Amino acid sequence: MRFDYDTSYRDGQALLRYGSGRAAYAVLALLLLAAPWALGKYYVGEMTYLFIMCIGSLGLMVLKGYTGQVSLGHSAFLALGAYAHAWMLGKGLPFALSIPMAMGFTALIGLVIGLPAIRVSGLYLAMVTLAFAILTEHVIGHWDAVTGGFNGMSVANPVVFGFDLSGLRPFYYLCLGLLTLVLLGLVNLMRSQTGRAFRGVRDSEAAAYGLGIWVSGYKVLAFVISAGVSGLAGALLAHHVRFLTPEGFGLFLALELVLMVTIGGLGSLRGAIFGAVLIGMLPVFISRIKPMLPEQVSKQFGLEIFVFGLILVLFVLFEPKGINGRWIKLKTFFQTFPLYRKDLFKRGKTYMKSERYK
Amino acid sequence: MTMFSVRNLSLRFGGVQAIADLSFEVAQGEVFAIIGPNGAGKTSVLNVITRVFDPSAGSVHFEGRDITQLARHRVVNAGIARTFQNIELFEGGTVLENLLLGRHRFGHGNFFAQWLWTPGVRAAEAASQAAVEQVIELLDLAPHRKSPVAGLPYGVRKVVELARALAARPRLLLLDEPSSGLNPEETRDLAFWIDDIQNDLGVTVIMVEHDMSLVSEAADRVLCMNLGQRLALGTPAEVQSNPAVIAAYLGA
Ligand SMILES: Nc1ncnc2c1ncn2[C@@H]1O[C@H](COP(=O)(O)OP(=O)(O)OP(=O)(O)O)[C@@H](O)[C@H]1O
Ligand SMILES: [Mg+2]
Repeated sequence: MRFDYDTSYRDGQALLRYGSGRAAYAVLALLLLAAPWALGKYYVGEMTYLFIMCIGSLGLMVLKGYTGQVSLGHSAFLALGAYAHAWMLGKGLPFALSIPMAMGFTALIGLVIGLPAIRVSGLYLAMVTLAFAILTEHVIGHWDAVTGGFNGMSVANPVVFGFDLSGLRPFYYLCLGLLTLVLLGLVNLMRSQTGRAFRGVRDSEAAAYGLGIWVSGYKVLAFVISAGVSGLAGALLAHHVRFLTPEGFGLFLALELVLMVTIGGLGSLRGAIFGAVLIGMLPVFISRIKPMLPEQVSKQFGLEIFVFGLILVLFVLFEPKGINGRWIKLKTFFQTFPLYRKDLFKRGKTYMKSERYK
Repeated sequence: MTMFSVRNLSLRFGGVQAIADLSFEVAQGEVFAIIGPNGAGKTSVLNVITRVFDPSAGSVHFEGRDITQLARHRVVNAGIARTFQNIELFEGGTVLENLLLGRHRFGHGNFFAQWLWTPGVRAAEAASQAAVEQVIELLDLAPHRKSPVAGLPYGVRKVVELARALAARPRLLLLDEPSSGLNPEETRDLAFWIDDIQNDLGVTVIMVEHDMSLVSEAADRVLCMNLGQRLALGTPAEVQSNPAVIAAYLGA
């Protein structure tokens, strides 16, 4: 049984205030650092891919999970980041410059899209962002001179300060490092004024205005940050796939990203990571179990989409707070042992003596 | 001394005249109540003051300044905070997080400092928490500090909303039916708190209220509205005994 017992405001600020939490993250860090030396080539590549998807998922989480704005078009920001980065590398720009510039470029596009998009919300916003993704895919497919069109475009190796990081392990560490940086930056941002304002805009615009939060400004800011982070994911993805084609950034990717943040648990960075790992692993998992399935099932076209949909439905029905919600319950179970009650997380209906007294 | 005034204010929604040529003044340090039957336009007055709606005519003045054209998110910086008739809390957060949002208008470091969680940002966050603790103390919210607001009883949620408005350190506080849905015990607490807010914090209060006993107890003056117009204005006793007011309430 554990009680939070703050003796100073700094106690409440600490990210990992208990030794057990610090130890757990230290073990995780060691495992991730050691993994490329213990795992086979294929899995190192897969994990690198998961790191990149984690960055993409974090990007969308800022927009969808924290400010409550849906986007069905985030594949476009990844595509723009990937193509901008590949193009700049092709023009001879160094990697260390091209990455921030690609992020800046997608952030700028995020601003351009965000300014009109924040006028609408819900289904309309979903449609606007979807249209943006389709348009982007179309432009990339037809602007042969810059993007190579449907013939594709090759991506130069990532060379950072003279070191070629295109090898399996170096690129793994590069992606892990950048993911860590993005995650820490977002953790900080989400626990300060900006993150609070985002959540305020999401939960009540009326109250947000009343407390001095410039609602439209923060909505656009969420678009900009989200697009910039997604651009980074795109740029790294470019190196991972080594050859860019417009189809690589289609609506299926946009859908995967939405699933990651929804299943992971909206409004939580940890959830974005959980979701990205689960959804990112799913295609591999499905292809692994395919041979074990009866012929009629495994031959079905669209098996992946079906499984994705099924998982989404199951989560919406049984765990709307996503994997992160499950995680918190599990943790609470151990921390409050043996006092955990099954209905501890049921939305409290605590009535006062005379609720709604008239 | 007049701190706040509304001059010849009108607001139309299509065919509905929600506010019709309304004028009144509120003195520094006063608790000013607005009463009136349902649909009289009371909430609309607060909404025009906080710039939710543009008035069709008239003006709003606060501390010698015309705030009729102020941007909606700048109203609190001018010194005016409010609560809502239908509670508007940040449902995803705890009581503490809701109150910290009340401190939004105070500096918490620039964007990049926040990104890096610099010592300056940490100090500003701690200062905001300290300020919020004072409000928690004042309104007896300590037992709920870390509770998610979504699960709190209705009465406590109303207090959290009041606390959040106070965390913004307003000089003028607008309350929209603060006692609706409260039990008699909670309403009595509320009367004491309004008294504290007026006398200890020196905050001027405009409150829309249905409960006449609370109005009599807490308010210095009362404005009674009907159909967007001013029906009567005076001390609680004067307004309550005004024949036009009685007629309006009896459903004329
Ligand atoms: N956003 C709106 N659009 C159209 N009409 C509105 C709007 N808000 C208020 N009204 C109308 O304006 C009139 C005044 O409404 P208001 O909410 O100010 O009344 P009120 O005095 O606060 O009533 P109550 O005691 O029920 O809260 C009503 O006729 C209402 O229907
Ligand atoms: Mg009202």
